[in-house]
Amino acid sequence: MIEKLQSLWPEITLLTAACVVMITGQSASAAVRRLSWSICAAALIAAGLLAYSTTAASGHALPHMAMYGKIVTCVVGLLLLLMVAGIADRAYEAEVARGKTVFDAIRATRGEFYAFFMFSLTGLMLCFGADDLVWLFLALELVSLPTYIMVATSTSKNASMEAGVKYFFLGALGAATFLYGFALIYGATGATNLVQIHSAFAAQIAAGGLNTIGIVGLILAVVGVSFKIAAVPMHFYTPDVYQGASASVSAFLAFVPKSAGFATIILLLSTVGWLPSSDYPSGALPMPVHAVLWVMAVVTMTVGNVLALLQTSVKRTLAYSSIAHSGYMLVGVIAGPGKGDDFASSGIAAVLFYLLVYGVTNVGTFAVVAAMQRQNRDGTHSEADRIEDLRGMCATNPMMGWTMVICSASLLGLPPLLGFFGKLPLFSAGISGGHIGLVVILGLNSAIAAFYYLRLAAYPLLESPDMAARTSNPITQVPVTGRWLAGVLSVVGVIALAIWPVTSAAKFGATYKTKVAVPGGQVAQGK
Amino acid sequence: MLLSLMIIPLVAAALVPLVSKRQVPWVALFGTLAAMVPAGSVLTSVNWTAAGTQRLEERYGAWLPDLGIALNLRVDGVSLALVLLTALLGPLCVLGSWTAITQRVRTYYGWLLVLQAAMYGVFMSQDLVIFYICFEFTLVPMFVLISLFGSTNRKAAAIKFFLYTFTGSIIALAGLVYVAWFHATQMSAAPVVASVVNAATGASESAGALAKVSAWTFDIPTLMKTAQQMPLSAQSWVFLAMMLGFAVKVPLFPLHTWLPLAHTEAPTAGSVVLAGVLLKLGTFAIYTFGIGFTPMAAVEYAPVVAGLAVAGILVGGLICWVQTDVKKLVAYSSVAHLGFCMLGMFAMNAAGLQGSLLYMINHGLSTGALFLCIGFMYERYHTRSMHEIGGLAKRMPIWATFMVFFSMASVGLPGLNGFVSEFLCVMGAYQAEPTKELSGLTGGNLGWKYAVLAGVGMIIGAIYILYMVGKVVWGPLKEPHHDDAHGANGHAGAHAGGHHEGALPADLTGREIVTLLPLAVLCLGLGVYPKPLMQVLEPSVNDHVRLTSKARAELRELKGLPAEDRAIYLKNQFPGKGAEGGTGGEGEKKQAEPAKSTGDFTETGK
Repeated sequence: MIEKLQSLWPEITLLTAACVVMITGQSASAAVRRLSWSICAAALIAAGLLAYSTTAASGHALPHMAMYGKIVTCVVGLLLLLMVAGIADRAYEAEVARGKTVFDAIRATRGEFYAFFMFSLTGLMLCFGADDLVWLFLALELVSLPTYIMVATSTSKNASMEAGVKYFFLGALGAATFLYGFALIYGATGATNLVQIHSAFAAQIAAGGLNTIGIVGLILAVVGVSFKIAAVPMHFYTPDVYQGASASVSAFLAFVPKSAGFATIILLLSTVGWLPSSDYPSGALPMPVHAVLWVMAVVTMTVGNVLALLQTSVKRTLAYSSIAHSGYMLVGVIAGPGKGDDFASSGIAAVLFYLLVYGVTNVGTFAVVAAMQRQNRDGTHSEADRIEDLRGMCATNPMMGWTMVICSASLLGLPPLLGFFGKLPLFSAGISGGHIGLVVILGLNSAIAAFYYLRLAAYPLLESPDMAARTSNPITQVPVTGRWLAGVLSVVGVIALAIWPVTSAAKFGATYKTKVAVPGGQVAQGK
Repeated sequence: MLLSLMIIPLVAAALVPLVSKRQVPWVALFGTLAAMVPAGSVLTSVNWTAAGTQRLEERYGAWLPDLGIALNLRVDGVSLALVLLTALLGPLCVLGSWTAITQRVRTYYGWLLVLQAAMYGVFMSQDLVIFYICFEFTLVPMFVLISLFGSTNRKAAAIKFFLYTFTGSIIALAGLVYVAWFHATQMSAAPVVASVVNAATGASESAGALAKVSAWTFDIPTLMKTAQQMPLSAQSWVFLAMMLGFAVKVPLFPLHTWLPLAHTEAPTAGSVVLAGVLLKLGTFAIYTFGIGFTPMAAVEYAPVVAGLAVAGILVGGLICWVQTDVKKLVAYSSVAHLGFCMLGMFAMNAAGLQGSLLYMINHGLSTGALFLCIGFMYERYHTRSMHEIGGLAKRMPIWATFMVFFSMASVGLPGLNGFVSEFLCVMGAYQAEPTKELSGLTGGNLGWKYAVLAGVGMIIGAIYILYMVGKVVWGPLKEPHHDDAHGANGHAGAHAGGHHEGALPADLTGREIVTLLPLAVLCLGLGVYPKPLMQVLEPSVNDHVRLTSKARAELRELKGLPAEDRAIYLKNQFPGKGAEGGTGGEGEKKQAEPAKSTGDFTETGK
């Protein structure tokens, strides 16, 4: 128990910070209120360092995934924190500063917003470190519940409310589905501990085949979690929610629940998957699970990319592209950890690396939307969310324009940017796993994606600014430093993160053991 | 030295945003000229015409050791020729667009310089991923150049260009990664060999302690050795994937439809780079990887590829015949010309391969020059339609001289460069006659039918080029009368032109003549005395001939042909350079090779 707590120091740090900002955010003093952001940042940095110094390895098949996942959470979390700066209470604080109203803690949302932000990240870390189904379920819910509120409160528009409600109900459906799946897995194995489930499944495989209930449980769990990763069949909410929420929160949704979902899927499948069995000596997933994932991957990337072609809103385009990227990552999940301990043949390493790649790059594109505002005729501001608004941005606002160009090119997978180095391991892992058809479909989908990413890149770079629209509805930069800074840091990452320490870390995180020690002494062995 | 070839243009590109607008073309000119210095020293540092395979290597160690990616560069005979072509066309492109580009000057020259760097990278990289990065990255500058500086239909052209080539090359990437995976599995099956190979390639040199040596590598020579051992079925799939990717770039019929649009819409320098160098990325990649990695599949499917090449020659030629836009005509002529290049390559004998490689250089020179000529004409008349212009020899005698000269070079007039390569390509196709294998011809699976059809293509080529020259250069003088002022063309202080718009003089300026002259000299020089260039290319050609004939022997083995035929056939294949005595030894050695490799094959096959 104590050992387990020791591995939870990063989570404890974040949780403490969440509780602290809940209070500081409501403080009567404006200086203390402003401190909330810094507290979150300090906690994330501290948690990252703690996670880095943790030597404790989890007992299950992926002993080091927790460490990698927690560090990535902190790195991308910092970028996301920069982006959400100024979301909560900006207009209200301005009024207070001008002396129009007196600060009233009831009206302020800053404390809750940052607290929920930190709760959700805590949940993500817990997901990566989970070794029990109950823990996993609670962690997933801890990721999601705060995001429902973050979506609803991120802007004052009704669309955000609608998005929040939609997200909540569909999220509840997803949660119910994977909880049902978890229950069936428990029924099939009599355990909630991942290691015990692993050994029970291994025993079943050795005895001739997996329990049908177990397989159904796994499939239901994966389908339910597809809500978190925004994959078909639970992807319907994505465009509406991403569009309804403010761009900063959309960026959050595109990374945090997605990473939690992938961590869950990998952990669940590691209990049964990729074990060499009599049917699959090379170590593949059980056939029904494999088939479901295969169809999910293909349909997800195709649906995401094809529908993204039709969008005129930047956020909707990015939402559909987020669906597509989940499809790409599922290829890595299907490929599994591979036979050797190579980075290039391990699909898990590819997925873990891709999560970082996607997180960093995606922040850049959303940061551009978050950093720009269009002035409406009545003097209010709204997000510059139409692709038309990007027109000529490299000339009018070079920093944000180039951020959009470079990050879109990276999402497109254009070498030598980070996105390409994210896709290359997916290719190599897919081929190593013998899924050449899947890799070809992945390639063709990247080509479809080229069309709309090209649009996102070409509008700022090549079009000339629309002068008539600019005078009537000028597009200006939001006066919040964090937003553009997040974009710029993301560009730095996109250019400079393709280096060996990062890939080696992903490889380390994806270390996969086919033998795990069950609490109690026996060794469960796959072979 | 090799790395500086890539760095110099990039540094110049980085300077472009910093200097004043007037200085930008000068920066670009100096950048491209400065890159000629390392290119020149590459030329002089090795005696390229000496016997045997000459090469220059530079290793910079691992980049992503987990994936086996390392920054290694190498120049051999083939890449030397293409690097020099790139280095030559660089400054000429800058000079050629000196007055044509007046808006967004920084964007234009900046991307042009980046494009240069990427092209050097393609020809020099010794790592498959670095190669792919450069290969893909050429798309970005071209996309920008076409969509910003092209003519009316430019955006559609740019998008079509990008999507076609991107789609193709991502499938090629899947094929290339498959090869790397095949290598990794071979290596992990024999770990001892893995360590030896990795030590030899130095893949792990600068990797830290964390990075364990991976079985994966993308080192091209290493992969080439392994890839050749793949069974025929695997080779065929990889070959297909690579052809889909690289043939789009060539472009091979029927994947050529992006080319006329992109060419017609691109600015002059864009067309020059596109025709001169970018198309060669495709042929270079097919030569290096298509044949080098998967020789058996290349031999097996040579008739198909050659058939498509011949179809390209004929269809391209016939389309040229009916064009009225001069630039479009030259653009479609590229489809036909590259058809010859591919035909020679897939004849896979000494003549064909030699001709094909020469064709890459010659096409770059003559078609690049033609695009420059057309660009100069367009700058003066703002039209390229043969209905609107004619008889320009009366107005622009110097221009007309160049135009006729380069047209003749392009059409293959004996004495000019086009003739040598075109003739060799067609001869190669003829010599690759399957039924004549045992009677002194080189053997192969093309034959006289391909040669005859390509010959018809040569005649069509002559017809449409002469038709174009007759219309535009000779005949009654016809000039368009534009009322709209083309302000973009105006340059204070330049000479006042005759009666037409713009500030350029009627005939070519000194700058324009300087741009065309080196090309003209090379066209003539390579036509009269191509021997030095052929010597430089020869080792690589011999390697490929050896490789493909070995593959052919393996295929014959595979298909159960009698072994004694193979012996006679191999003897004919390698007559040797010296006397009969020398041939014996060499022949034995050569015969031993296929025998060994067939052993390998059956092993892997089972």
